[in-house]
Amino acid sequence: MTASTYEAVIGLEVHAELLTRSKMFCGCPVVDSTQAEPNTAVCEICTGMPGTLPVINQRAVEYALRVALALRCQVAETSVFARKNYFYPDLPKGYQISQYELPLAQQGWLSIDVGSGEQRVRVRRVHLEEDTGKLFHREGYSLVDYNRSGVPLLEIVSEPDMHSVEEVKAYATALRSLLRYLEVNSGDMEKGVIRFEANVSVRPSGSETLGTRTEIKNLNSFRALVRSIAFEIERQSRLLDAGKTVVQETLGWDEVRGVTLSQRSKEEAHDYRYFPEPDLPPLHVSAEWAERVRAELPELPDARRARFRERYRLTPYVASILTAERAIADFYEDALAAAPQVSPEKTANWISGELFALLNQAALDIDACRVTPRALGELVSMVESGEISAASGKAVLAEIFQAGGRPQDVVRARGLAQLNDPQEIERLVERVLQENPQQVQQYLDGKETVSQWLFGQVMRAARGRANPRVIREVLERALRSMEENPPTA
Amino acid sequence: MADLTDLTLLEAAQALRRGEISSRELTEACLTRMQALEPQVHAFLATTPELALQQAQAADRRLKAWRQDRSQPLPLTWGIPIAVKDVLCLQGVPTTCGSRILEGFRPPYTATSVQRVIDAGAVILGKTNTDEFAMGSSTENSAYGPTHNPWDLERVPGGSSGGSAAAVAARMCFAALGTDTGGSVRQPASFCGVTGLKTSYGRVSRYGLIAYGSSLDTVGALARSAADLVPLFEAMAGHDPLDSTSMPDPVPQVSLEDADLKGLRIGVPREYFIEGIASEVEEAVRRAVQVFADLGAQVQEISLSHTDLALPVYYLIAPAEASANLARYDGVRFGPREPAQDLWEGYFATRGARFGPEVKRRIMLGSYALSAGYYDAYYGQAQKVRTLIKGDFEAAFQEVDLIACPVAPTTAFRIGEHGDDPLSMYLEDVFTLPANLAGVPGIAFPVGFDSRGLPIGMQLNAPHLGEPALLQAAHSYQQATDWHKEHPPL
Ligand SMILES: [Zn+2]
Repeated sequence: MTASTYEAVIGLEVHAELLTRSKMFCGCPVVDSTQAEPNTAVCEICTGMPGTLPVINQRAVEYALRVALALRCQVAETSVFARKNYFYPDLPKGYQISQYELPLAQQGWLSIDVGSGEQRVRVRRVHLEEDTGKLFHREGYSLVDYNRSGVPLLEIVSEPDMHSVEEVKAYATALRSLLRYLEVNSGDMEKGVIRFEANVSVRPSGSETLGTRTEIKNLNSFRALVRSIAFEIERQSRLLDAGKTVVQETLGWDEVRGVTLSQRSKEEAHDYRYFPEPDLPPLHVSAEWAERVRAELPELPDARRARFRERYRLTPYVASILTAERAIADFYEDALAAAPQVSPEKTANWISGELFALLNQAALDIDACRVTPRALGELVSMVESGEISAASGKAVLAEIFQAGGRPQDVVRARGLAQLNDPQEIERLVERVLQENPQQVQQYLDGKETVSQWLFGQVMRAARGRANPRVIREVLERALRSMEENPPTA
Repeated sequence: MADLTDLTLLEAAQALRRGEISSRELTEACLTRMQALEPQVHAFLATTPELALQQAQAADRRLKAWRQDRSQPLPLTWGIPIAVKDVLCLQGVPTTCGSRILEGFRPPYTATSVQRVIDAGAVILGKTNTDEFAMGSSTENSAYGPTHNPWDLERVPGGSSGGSAAAVAARMCFAALGTDTGGSVRQPASFCGVTGLKTSYGRVSRYGLIAYGSSLDTVGALARSAADLVPLFEAMAGHDPLDSTSMPDPVPQVSLEDADLKGLRIGVPREYFIEGIASEVEEAVRRAVQVFADLGAQVQEISLSHTDLALPVYYLIAPAEASANLARYDGVRFGPREPAQDLWEGYFATRGARFGPEVKRRIMLGSYALSAGYYDAYYGQAQKVRTLIKGDFEAAFQEVDLIACPVAPTTAFRIGEHGDDPLSMYLEDVFTLPANLAGVPGIAFPVGFDSRGLPIGMQLNAPHLGEPALLQAAHSYQQATDWHKEHPPL
């Protein structure tokens, strides 16, 4: 058998840092731990000094509720923090405060689309915990930075509902997009603010029983996520093909060699000796609190995607790229508002085509873009009304992308206003026909493609500013009348 | 005037207010007495004479200003020298918990309870000896040597707040802060003939109290009488935003003038008078109960039926919590680090060399009780039984206002007497553990002496947050008796 005759069964655990101002259990600021000077955002609590106690950051709970409710989870009225015990220098207390038996929320789902229609990935649980510090290994010793220690961390655990790397990627992307919509996480993967762990097993296609699963830890990018899972599916399939069995174990991902490596077997698995955290009373989330958070949720990516498709008649593809980021979707709708008479589809194409190309080239986010939604709306509207040509439109966009400003001003300054006057264009057509009798004759002899060349000559005579639709109309009329009354040779 | 250290806290407070003595004089008197007696008693692990004299001078300035303008109330603790058990952090002052693993550790912060008594004008003389991480009933488990009972230097002062109890009994200070996880304020108070208050769980902030059993740990105080404890209780108690388990309830003023035993219902649990309790202890406690009856209290027998389970439940829950609480002592961020080749060797070397045997025993016991496959049978089961024990107290307090019982089965034992038998030592706490499991307050105070001349204590318990009733009842008893006025022959 080959990989294609097996079905992969994949579940994801996603760890997302919450963008609160202060840490989960102390007043220290949450800083960019890739930038800040080590151990500058620390106190006696987040370094686990003796006698210190945690206090729950209510804002972190609220952020967690946003995510839980956006994932349609059932929020627990009472959830309980627990201690997860293990020794490591990046864990100052020797235990991590997490939630175990009674998490904040359970049983939600996230909708994904990999081209075969919307499907749901069930979310088993959402819980709050604290991040660890970071170790830096040097020659012969290690250093530890506790800036990240105690940063609020949300763990989102899916059911094993995914069966391909495409689905995994779609789920991870949709979740990242959701976190950014909810303004609880920056989505900066390279800063490690979202991290993954994957459970992977394979089984013969059509089988209902689950195969033995492995767990891949510490995946910090979409690329590592996708590559490691693809590798693992292949590896497990080959094992089964060879009549061997998959061993339940925890794996690491070697990015350089592109292979998963065994870290510890089931027998060596940690016993975390979880027990309820006696320093924190149970966390109560009243129905009113949850309701208030729910009422304040923004329109979520999938709802917005559906609305864009329906209301603006966008294709699924365009709708999904315009809703992947809240800022882009907002930009689009603001641009539409600035140019209500233009078709939403045209505006969408300008954003997903021209503007995205410029942003990609400049490696900029939409937030840093100098083109305002209003300017883009006005630009599309000028092109659509024929005031300027599409080609001029692109040039104008490129200019305001660099320097900002309004498209009208650029059009005026550059003299790009389009020639639409049929009489003027008629004069140009007449001149071109007179200057090129040979080509006209070829056309009259039946070589119809020559009309395209003549069109180009007229546009050249208009220095590119003439409305192509009008040129085509006038030129066609002139040629037709010459066919009916051939010029005397 | 006789030695200033013979005064009670309240007498000293009044003398300070009247300007008859200064805080500096009081502090110097205590320091002098400490210097004289410490070689025999060893109540302190660290002394802070410079800090104390500074605080005393500041207190004197304030007292002087107060005498001129009395519009602002001044706490009775103002200018009073006290000691602090060495499991409570005091910024910049060595805090070891009686352990070599915290040798040289100076916390960069002060415990809320300590800060509150400092804010109430108290003068801090030093940090008192304790069983390592408060694990013990004799102060013999201190890595820095045992404290000696001022009544008989061959005997233990009890524990784990043995240093605090001995310091108060030897009149080296007017009061001391202690902590009580399973009896650690009450039992040494009983052994040393002083009055010790264990507060309700959540009544006094645990912030800066170096944790042993987090769901059981409470801060308390020891002094020469219930009346002397009142200003300390009022200073320390009350909600602290840094401790999420501290109660939001306001702290009532404790009025001793209102103390009246008439009609007060006192229950005596039959399960507490068991085999193994010294007959002299039982007799003294029963006599004291009769005094309460004579003063107008209605005494009745009650039942706390799960009492015999308190000991095993405690020795699962406290070590389980301790096993996690003590994981942070790894030599990485603070405290000494033993030389090692790699990380794990470093953990083993530092923890292996610097934790004492009782601490290791409890870490192992607790880790076992929490481990996969045993959790339900041990820790989980213990939590269920704890609920039953709590229920016993709740039911009893439907019938009575206070519970009266012995503090410990015996009087102070000889240093080394329980030597190699940790289980017999654990039995010392059999009458004090239930209050910690139930989270209710308790007070221990002297009610007599045995034939060797060693103090015998008795205990009162009240419902959660019932400290005022405890202090009032003990005060009424002390108004009628003189046991608390006896001094050890030092
Ligand atoms: Zn901090």
